[in-house]
Amino acid sequence: MTDKLITAADAGLLSCHSCSLLSKGSGQHAELQCPRCGSALHKRKPNSLARTWALVIAAFICYIPANLLPMTVVTSLGAVQSDTIMSGVIYFMQHGEWPIGLVILLASIVVPLTKLFILIYLLISVQRKSQWRPVERTRLYRITEAIGRWSMTDIYVVTILVALVRLGNLATIEAGVGAIFFGAVVVLTIIAALTFDPREIWDNMESTHD
Amino acid sequence: MNINNLVACHECDLLHRIPRHEGPRCVSRCRRCNAALHRGVENSIDRTLALTLAGVVLFVVANSFPFLAFKLQGQETQTTLISGVIDLYHQGKWEIAILVLLTTIAIPLIQLLIQLYVFLPLKFNRVPWNMATVFRLAQNLSPWSMMEVFLIGIIVAIVKLVGMAQIIPGLALWSFALLIVTLAATAANMDSQVVWNRVEYQR
Repeated sequence: MTDKLITAADAGLLSCHSCSLLSKGSGQHAELQCPRCGSALHKRKPNSLARTWALVIAAFICYIPANLLPMTVVTSLGAVQSDTIMSGVIYFMQHGEWPIGLVILLASIVVPLTKLFILIYLLISVQRKSQWRPVERTRLYRITEAIGRWSMTDIYVVTILVALVRLGNLATIEAGVGAIFFGAVVVLTIIAALTFDPREIWDNMESTHD
Repeated sequence: MNINNLVACHECDLLHRIPRHEGPRCVSRCRRCNAALHRGVENSIDRTLALTLAGVVLFVVANSFPFLAFKLQGQETQTTLISGVIDLYHQGKWEIAILVLLTTIAIPLIQLLIQLYVFLPLKFNRVPWNMATVFRLAQNLSPWSMMEVFLIGIIVAIVKLVGMAQIIPGLALWSFALLIVTLAATAANMDSQVVWNRVEYQR
């Protein structure tokens, strides 16, 4: 136990996702339940690679209309102006409000894309049975788990603008269709990080320790 | 090898002996991938309960009063969290309305109520009915509670509107800020293993 590295899977044990209790079983066949908390027990998250790929691809598809369609539509004294994510960022940068421009750039563009590219890299590395730097790859996974939620910032900004600026003809802000697609990107990437199983990174390492 | 003394790392599946905790606050980490195996907190039940009670009060205040008002040429509008969701719904953007409702109101509230349901009886050495199922639900919901992100959204919206009109912060804004600090403190002080250890079960 102290020197040799033994995983739960090696020992014929299943670790509960919710409460960490170990149970005996291979996890291959019938639906097993954790005796303590009732969660379904699996050796690894079921169909982790296929599900994560599907969600990542769906997120990429939604990311296109999210950037092309307007997030907000502002009506002010009869003039209508649509803003996409990028045009909002550019507006702030040009008007000297660069900290806010930077926040939106990070939350709406850098975070979702970084997260998607990291997940794709992890998926490919697991599929190619890479043994390269597993500690660092696990850390990359932790980053994707932690940063995804911050992409919701722009959705909340739109919600607050819509609620505050409703003065009829004087000034009204409506949420655009782009916001729906952007919300979908955020939700899909969060689920994608949840369906990926970082233990798959380490499953390729086991043979080297014998 | 007794499996009751072992725990597997959630990120790389390596088996470890269940760490013994000494001291008020300590984290044990996986020796292979450095993931946190367990965070021990002294008096975890008391601390979680106290912070949850504070959280419930702040949640009620934060949702009962407007958090921002917007004044332009004599006209004034105010917004609460719920009114923002309702406006989105009326504009036909029900998808976003539901997303905002769930992540900033419903899920944080469900989590607070579940914590109250679990930790109040535990404080008096009782185990509430169906504790394992209910507590598991609260754990699974945590990635979807996004109040702290909402606060960043408020700040960005204020800066965006400040050049256009007069923005007046409301009472609820300060409650939001305190609520977010309270929720973060609750997460840092909750030791879920203390709850799981109280569940009786048969193998």
